[in-house]
Amino acid sequence: MKTKHHIPNEILTAYATGALPEAFSIIVACHVSMCDQCRSEVEALDTLGGVLIDNQEIAEINLNSFEKTMQLISKQNKKDTEVRKTSKDIYPTPLKSYFGGSSSNIKWKSVGGGVKQSILVNDKQASARLLSIPPGAQLPDHSHKGLEMTMVLQGSFSDEVDSFYRGDVELGDDHLTHTPKAGMKEHCICIAATQAPLVFNSWIPKLLQPFIRI
Amino acid sequence: MEQKLVSDDIMKITPLNNWSDCLEKISKNKDEEAFKKLFEYFAPRVKSFLLKSGGSENQAEESTQEALATVWQKAHLFDPLKASASTWIFTIARNKQLDAIRKINRPEPEELPWMSLEQSDARDAIILQEEQNSLALAVSKLPKKQRGLIEKAFYGDLSHSEIADITKLPLGTVKSRIRLSIDRLRRELGKKLQ
Repeated sequence: MKTKHHIPNEILTAYATGALPEAFSIIVACHVSMCDQCRSEVEALDTLGGVLIDNQEIAEINLNSFEKTMQLISKQNKKDTEVRKTSKDIYPTPLKSYFGGSSSNIKWKSVGGGVKQSILVNDKQASARLLSIPPGAQLPDHSHKGLEMTMVLQGSFSDEVDSFYRGDVELGDDHLTHTPKAGMKEHCICIAATQAPLVFNSWIPKLLQPFIRI
Repeated sequence: MEQKLVSDDIMKITPLNNWSDCLEKISKNKDEEAFKKLFEYFAPRVKSFLLKSGGSENQAEESTQEALATVWQKAHLFDPLKASASTWIFTIARNKQLDAIRKINRPEPEELPWMSLEQSDARDAIILQEEQNSLALAVSKLPKKQRGLIEKAFYGDLSHSEIADITKLPLGTVKSRIRLSIDRLRRELGKKLQ
């Protein structure tokens, strides 16, 4: 199915220039793997980088620079040229290194209500996790401090905004309070990246928040 | 180690150069002469990029050598229908920059499989290069401040509001050209799978 919900240009630009925190970059890399529209945006930005390389001031390189590079080449390992191939399961290749290449290695932890999560990255700027939500189950309604990005890998979820299917990305910020509900057909598996801990609107989830760390 | 920045403020338009040919010779024949030619043009540019991204003289020099070694190693993965040589080499330099200088972990998308030129049309590679040349020309005509923003963005020195300004740059035609190439690749792949 064709992706309907894309990633805004601003975020793609932040990704292309390396300004985006890793947690969000994971989602961009996964989405671009599936979405040709956003891929052409990112590659157009790379072209801008190419123009920059061509037209900037040049630095002086060391006298033995070429010889040293040839020495490096003679020591190269063939394995390093492996192509990032299209993934054969629901987890796009950019995700694979976060669980050692195979989805059977994913360490799912139950967070209640049948919902499971597996944390991919958690640094000072943002965190990213996989979420698995049982068919028809609802996440507590929550608003966000800062940016939240969610991308569907399997199944679907719907909220006040729209329905989201594989490859679709939903963006949340301070203005969005939503109650995502998984589709009935199968478990909804998604990647969620958040800039700061979410603030839940109802008291029970708020109590849960330190544990779930959604 | 003496290091001098040569001022070269005039934005030049890359001629329809033969970097693609060089890369092909490197990948097919391990042609050191072709690599030397490419090295002499790109290494000083890659180093300048790395220096301006905050790398020390030693770091930038070392990372330039590593980046150019990667160019040699990955030359067979270069596809002139998907990107020009300078764009492709930029992505290698940028990954080096993120990794070695800015210490940023940035996962990369899956790569699209590529078709060799025999199966497709070399003319498209030329059109792509021409699009990049017109982009270079458009960029050279931008007010200095806006041009500076592009540099700042790629050197990793841009604020949030400034990133929004980058999205206003004239990237439209390049984008549609890339999109056409991707669509064509998908069709060819589809045919192959049937």
